[in-house]
Amino acid sequence: MSEVLVLVDHADGSVRKSTFELLTAAARIGEPVAVFVGEAAAGEAAASTLGEYGAAKVLVASDPAYSEYLVAPAAELLAHLVAERQPAAVLVPASADGREIAARAAIKTGSGILTDAVDVAADGTVSQSVFAAAYNVTSKVASGTPFIAVKPNSVSAEPASGAAAVETVSFAPSDGSKTARVVRVEEKPASGRPNLTEAAIVVSGGRGTGGDFAPVEALADALGAAVGASRAAVDAGWYPHSHQVGQTGKAVSPQLYVAAGISGAIQHRAGMQTSKNIVAINKDDEAPIFELADYGVVGDLFSVLPQATEAVNARK
Amino acid sequence: MRIVTFVKYVPDAAGDRSFESDNTVDRETDGLLSELDEYAIEEALNLTDKDKGSETIALTVGPAEAKDAVRKSLQMGADKGVHVLDDAISGADAVGTAKILAAAVRKVEAEEGPVDLVITGLASTDGQMSVVPVMVAELLGRPAATQASALEVGDSSATIRRDGDVSSQHIEVALPALVSVTDQINEPRYPSFKGIMKAKKKPVAQYDLADLGLEAAEVGGAGALTQIVELAAAPARSAGEVVTDEGDGGTKLVEWLAAKKLV
Ligand SMILES: Cc1cc2nc3c(=O)[nH]c(=O)nc-3n(C[C@H](O)[C@H](O)[C@H](O)COP(=O)(O)OP(=O)(O)OC[C@H]3O[C@@H](n4cnc5c(N)ncnc54)[C@H](O)[C@@H]3O)c2cc1C
Ligand SMILES: Nc1ncnc2c1ncn2[C@@H]1O[C@H](COP(=O)(O)O)[C@@H](O)[C@H]1O
Repeated sequence: MSEVLVLVDHADGSVRKSTFELLTAAARIGEPVAVFVGEAAAGEAAASTLGEYGAAKVLVASDPAYSEYLVAPAAELLAHLVAERQPAAVLVPASADGREIAARAAIKTGSGILTDAVDVAADGTVSQSVFAAAYNVTSKVASGTPFIAVKPNSVSAEPASGAAAVETVSFAPSDGSKTARVVRVEEKPASGRPNLTEAAIVVSGGRGTGGDFAPVEALADALGAAVGASRAAVDAGWYPHSHQVGQTGKAVSPQLYVAAGISGAIQHRAGMQTSKNIVAINKDDEAPIFELADYGVVGDLFSVLPQATEAVNARK
Repeated sequence: MRIVTFVKYVPDAAGDRSFESDNTVDRETDGLLSELDEYAIEEALNLTDKDKGSETIALTVGPAEAKDAVRKSLQMGADKGVHVLDDAISGADAVGTAKILAAAVRKVEAEEGPVDLVITGLASTDGQMSVVPVMVAELLGRPAATQASALEVGDSSATIRRDGDVSSQHIEVALPALVSVTDQINEPRYPSFKGIMKAKKKPVAQYDLADLGLEAAEVGGAGALTQIVELAAAPARSAGEVVTDEGDGGTKLVEWLAAKKLV
């Protein structure tokens, strides 16, 4: 069976859930082989978890260049692995880095690339949802090795036993790839809440909050959810841009999306319309968000959200 | 300094976006300059406006209507336009588009002189792939600093800030380079009346694939490395239940969540 390479998304060795989803998708096409870019010790430590989701092998590639420079060294590594191992496909998370690494590697290997896959079939065809989810498209890569960027929360991760045999990759990125140097990194304070794109539940606030996100955050914490925001709320400086949901923010596909005080503009929908369940709370019964809500409450978020928060906490 | 900005003509998101029978995006219905590319133009103009020896060139690849994207860029203040137009381009995928854009940058360099910086948008508002910029950088063999929410350009290098989820990175590249910018970087200007009048006299060069030394089989629809197998309008989301809050809206909401096993 041919291999399918999966680029592991991790923070200092702790593997993100989206990687398990990729391994599940990869197993439909061939034998999942995880590519871990980072410290050798972290890669070995991550191997058993990767094996629990079906990774037959874990290729560990370590070189300072991968963290000192933007994506190009990692893209060179992937292109090298593709040439060497001739996988049936390469799956990456549809994150900013994931898609850029895949895009560069696709050029290097003369391959096609598909992004924002919401499903992957055994023959490597991919489902995508486009134009703010107005169209469903099935596409395939017709030439080269298919590079596929999969949207988090699209495929449900299934435990599977994999040998997870660790192999060290000996590959040194060329000087030509070391051109965009990371000169400084400022860590942001951690919110303690789940990662927005991976969270099972997202509670978002918009202009209707009037700048007070406390009720939004309280419901999010009761539900163990991530907090999102509309662009109007972000532009007003009420919430950081990294929480913006929509065309110019994050695309999310959680089990449950709660929109409070958000009208439902097309650009907002573009980032949340593939959510499994959508709940809207809005004062205006004609707000477009109600057109896509599975459950809507016409009312003031400042009374509906606190009551809901209390009811959730009462059930615990 | 010479800057090339990539500007894409896209169908209006507020209109009815659809596909042609050959599965290419319907470009006939109201289109416009991709809003995210306005930030690229604004950033370029901030760098070239004040200096007489500097220029901003707006480059688009697209059908005849795409000249609107170039025109809007010129109205905002870009000095020159380039439109790559060829029937064979229809159906090109991201790789094909990137090859055309890279070849067009080289053509601009041959005609006008060295290009110090290519500035692009974050993503096209129709395809939303965010892959074309790094592909062009890869093809040109130039450094790329992507997703800039701040940009500083020096004599021989550029530095950007890139805001991620857990950290902000500062990235340095040597010129010539490519930078993609987010909508956090600036506030794009509206074309002034004077700008609109001046734009009419600004030169727009038009090239076809042969002018760029490219074969249709390599970059056009015929050479696309990806194919659409099937395409269908998504079934409309069936309208859900909507209740009016009469003091129990929050409780009812949680009852619904519980029935759906979401809490
Ligand atoms: C190129 C481009 C990209 C964009 N990208 C994005 C994007 O990524 N994400 C995004 O969100 N937007 C984006 N937008 C902006 C988008 O068009 C809308 O302007 C924005 O989504 C509106 O945010 P909102 O719904 O919070 O505000 P509004 O549209 O002002 O809606 C506020 C809503 O709150 C309701 N409300 C007010 N008070 C209360 C209350 N007390 N209780 C309950 N409800 C209340 C109102 O009835 C109203 O429906 C983009 C626009 C452009 C042009
Ligand atoms: N056909 C095109 N013509 C000009 N610029 C383009 C074209 N396609 C993509 N771009 C540029 O590449 C950026 C990212 O596009 P994409 O990878 O399609 O999301 C856009 O914001 C544009 O700056």
